[in-house]
Amino acid sequence: MLPGFGLSLGYALAYLGLVVLLPLAALAWKASGIGAAGLLHLLAAPRTQAALRLSFGGALLAALVNAAIGLLVAWVLVRYRFPGRRLLDALVDLPFALPTAVAGIALTALYAPNGWLGHGLAMWGIKVAYTRLGIGIAMVFVGFPFVVRTVQPVLAALDRDMEEAAESLGAHREQTFMRVILPMLAPALLTGFALALARAVGEYGSVIFIAGNIPMRSEIAPLLIVQQLEEFDYAGAAALGVVMLCFSFALLIALSLLQRWSRRWAEFAT
Amino acid sequence: MTAIPSRPPGRSRRALRALLILAAVVFLVLFLVLPLAAVFAEALRKGAHVYLTSIDQPNAYSAIRLTLLVAAIAVPLNLVFGVAAAWAVARFEFPGKALLGALIDLPFSISPVIAGLIYVLLFGAQGWLGPWLTSHDIKIIFAVPGLILASVFVTLPFVARELIPLMQAQGSEEEEAARVLGASGWQMFFRVTLPKIRWALLYGVLLCNARAMGEFGAVSVVSGMIRGLTTTMPLEIEMRYNEYDYVGAFAVASLLAMLALVTLAAKTALEWRYSEELAAHAPGGH
Repeated sequence: MLPGFGLSLGYALAYLGLVVLLPLAALAWKASGIGAAGLLHLLAAPRTQAALRLSFGGALLAALVNAAIGLLVAWVLVRYRFPGRRLLDALVDLPFALPTAVAGIALTALYAPNGWLGHGLAMWGIKVAYTRLGIGIAMVFVGFPFVVRTVQPVLAALDRDMEEAAESLGAHREQTFMRVILPMLAPALLTGFALALARAVGEYGSVIFIAGNIPMRSEIAPLLIVQQLEEFDYAGAAALGVVMLCFSFALLIALSLLQRWSRRWAEFAT
Repeated sequence: MTAIPSRPPGRSRRALRALLILAAVVFLVLFLVLPLAAVFAEALRKGAHVYLTSIDQPNAYSAIRLTLLVAAIAVPLNLVFGVAAAWAVARFEFPGKALLGALIDLPFSISPVIAGLIYVLLFGAQGWLGPWLTSHDIKIIFAVPGLILASVFVTLPFVARELIPLMQAQGSEEEEAARVLGASGWQMFFRVTLPKIRWALLYGVLLCNARAMGEFGAVSVVSGMIRGLTTTMPLEIEMRYNEYDYVGAFAVASLLAMLALVTLAAKTALEWRYSEELAAHAPGGH
């Protein structure tokens, strides 16, 4: 029997209790102070609804874009050999390493009407900075590594025999991809999608600089919480916080189910 | 080239391959390289002299000092927690283990703004413990302790998440052998366990540190933005940016971008050299 069970578990639990559970209890306490009717009233406010729609809708779209592009990048990095591949592979994690405030002002400078990309896009009549499109771009940026990093190891471990079997049985490349490869990648792809979604919904730093932050139009839910705090509307901030937290919990449960599924899937596929 | 004239799939396959590589490279350059380049280009827009003078300022120095202080406290706290949690989860069976694992991951799936909010609701003037703190003249929110707590919260999972899968995969036979041979608990830990997990530990600490130094949302909620006292580097960037001091904002941002590049390089070097001593990485809010 190894030593240290009581000490390590006791320390971990005490630490989690103080750092995570106690503050979360304070949130529940404050939110319960306004009651169910008050909560519904706050959530029915047009400004709250607009912010929640924007955060969830934008994050959903960004996660879908990331699923597609992440799959492409993972495919290229795993299946092809070309000069600079390892450098690109390392670069994928940049959005994790770059502080969000830095990403926020950099994206804004890039897509502003006089920026490197914004200038060209403006000639086509496309405005990115200070619009919802800008919010979407920032959300794609912060969530980008998730899909690549979940799909990559599964794709690398994929048994090529199945593909070769499919092709020798006369399947086209498209058929092999859609019917053989994609189903085997599905759990990893969904996991990456959910992680990117969770990140984009709560994202603050990289979005607020490029968003324009006009109430009802380009104001994300986390910014609304910050503004309610600045106006000392603690109950309102707590209520909105609880709604976003419930969504995070739901996603966490979905993710753990996904992981169980993908483990069974991996056993089946190998 | 083996010339088999009637094999168009080979050629179209090569064309598809080139097209996919091109698409991925163009996307990565436009989406990742360009923003990074923009940080340095904007910082140096008015020349090296203006760049250096906008860093050589008391505001910038106090922000750098505070950022280092916050990381110097938050990272060791989460390092010790990560090792303790990993030891308990990877070496023992107990009821509620899955729940504990979920709880450790929780800070990654919570919005940074909510991470700040929960501390305001606990320690703020109108918070749960607010009246008691006020009567004892203790300031946590809008002060340095609040910044540290918020940073501890958002970086809590990094070390634990790196260690748990690795230690589960490694098993405990060597530890058990050390115990049979008469090693004390701490001897076993420092001579057997620690050498087995050192690279994964360093990996977790690297990511934890990068996030602690770069955190924005959570600290902005608890900071109160008192310049020189409660503004870390990311907050100093925001203040300068909102004051239209773009070169100044990007100058401070360029320092954090360099930290990000160093972190990426060190992380990649660890992955190349010690891949088998690092666990299979479950991606998370790195």
